[in-house]
Amino acid sequence: MPFKSTVGDYQTVATLETFGFLPPMTQDEIYDQIAYIIAQGWSPLIEHVHPSRSMATYWSYWKLPFFGEKDLGVIVNELEACHRAYPDHHVRLVGYDAYTQSQGACFVVFEGR
Amino acid sequence: MSKKYDAGVKEYRDTYWTPDYVPLDSDLLACFKCTGQEGVPREEVAAAVAAESSTGTWSTVWSELLTDLDFYKGRAYRIEDVPGDKESFYAFIAYPLDLFEEGSITNVLTSLVGNVFGFKALRHLRLEDIRFPLAFIKTCMGPPNGIQVERDRMNKYGRPLLGCTIKPKLGLSGKNYGRVVYECLRGGLDFTKDDENINSQPFQRWQNRFEFVAEAVKLAEAETGEKKGHYLNCTAATPEEMYERAEFAKQLGQPIIMHDYITGGFTANTGLAKWCRKNGMLLHIHRAMHAVIDRHPKHGIHFRVLAKCLRLSGGDQLHTGTVVGKLEGDRQSTLGYIDQLRESFVPEDRSRGNFFDQDWGSMGGVFAVASGGIHVWHMPALVAIFGDDSVLQFGGGTHGHPWGSAAGAAANRVALEACVKARNAGREIEREGRDILTEAARHSPELAIALETWKEIKFEFDTVDKLDVH
Repeated sequence: MPFKSTVGDYQTVATLETFGFLPPMTQDEIYDQIAYIIAQGWSPLIEHVHPSRSMATYWSYWKLPFFGEKDLGVIVNELEACHRAYPDHHVRLVGYDAYTQSQGACFVVFEGR
Repeated sequence: MSKKYDAGVKEYRDTYWTPDYVPLDSDLLACFKCTGQEGVPREEVAAAVAAESSTGTWSTVWSELLTDLDFYKGRAYRIEDVPGDKESFYAFIAYPLDLFEEGSITNVLTSLVGNVFGFKALRHLRLEDIRFPLAFIKTCMGPPNGIQVERDRMNKYGRPLLGCTIKPKLGLSGKNYGRVVYECLRGGLDFTKDDENINSQPFQRWQNRFEFVAEAVKLAEAETGEKKGHYLNCTAATPEEMYERAEFAKQLGQPIIMHDYITGGFTANTGLAKWCRKNGMLLHIHRAMHAVIDRHPKHGIHFRVLAKCLRLSGGDQLHTGTVVGKLEGDRQSTLGYIDQLRESFVPEDRSRGNFFDQDWGSMGGVFAVASGGIHVWHMPALVAIFGDDSVLQFGGGTHGHPWGSAAGAAANRVALEACVKARNAGREIEREGRDILTEAARHSPELAIALETWKEIKFEFDTVDKLDVH
């Protein structure tokens, strides 16, 4: 009788913090998250880094934080522009909260290689 | 005009019942739920509580006249009915700021919940709430780091943090214990936790545990690329040993330690919190013994008071109950005291059990920790109730996974992130919880198996201690 186990093997995965355990988001799902950031009154901010430095505290800013930006389309264009300029970098979107000086949202939109 | 000495026993209310008194911003205010002995008038009971928790003694004494006792006495200034309860009432008492030593929670509690709780004229007494004046708050250090600093140190944003307690809670060797820590962290948890019972027992001495755990944390960080931590329990028999353990955790480069603040005591806790501020260490706080003090609806101290005291004494994370799991906790009441942990101003709101406006000034916030008998099906409710500034801890719900702790951790992480993503997208996660988890499980066999494993378990007993509302 062949051996059959019901126990699976869990393989460790390298992840990039929040939403790292979910499948890549569709474009619509990314729009929803940007809309959430804007609705909370947070400033969108785009950061990027080479994957070899992903654990660093400071990733490079893409331009400056988009203080007070309410236009979802502007943020989508900037994300894509950042990805085009640094195709091998991780690109993440932050919802920066000046009141708490923290990040209300932060997740990687494009994974570099 | 000086007073004359008149020996004998006076009624408390002659001196301590002052219904016309308007409390000062600098007064420390307290609300007690009083249940007097039969036949004793409410005003006399309230005045007795004010007296016995401040300057009073049962008899007039000559040495009172050496000072201006009117300046130092506590005053009962208001009495209110308890909704739905004829035998009890609320007494509101104002204490002048100078009755308390600066920065000492120990001193505040020794006065307010000292002798008075054994007082014979009372059948029961419960301290429901304290309004700490900002003038006192500014003398306390509070959380060593606070929520914002902890997020920055741990690089966790936009979601609740995820943890679990290592099980079995007693009996593992140091090396085996480190193995379980490693499994949980590599599976996707942010934190693991020493059980509160783990100090330094014969089966596992603290130094041995700390070394193996530190290796597990570092390994998991290297393999996952994420920041990790384990609450190293520094609770010990003496302050000297407590600091020795804290120093060793720091030497090992660990980000967080842990203390049990009620069994360990407020003095030890405040001291350790100050050590943490100075040494850049996060501080997780357990609350063993709280239910002895806070569960009886008519006697003891409500947990919102113990939570406020912890924020002042210092801690970056505090256990608050789960509302939905195996342990006691009313939803509105829990929301009321997690506000006290995290917000800079909390308005009076009787529907949440907050009796006073409470201004916390610039004091840092404390993460609310939900732990105890929760599993992956509870995730939507937990995210809705506790919000992002919380740590959700699944013990049995991690290690009990059929594939082991790493898979259990991954299942919880997937479920958590699916709920946060859905919430941000505007979905009502409590109502749509089943759909959200089921959709997420399509991409995660670990979650699919977890959902199957725990589908039957519910904890639906009514709470013993309910808020007094109409």
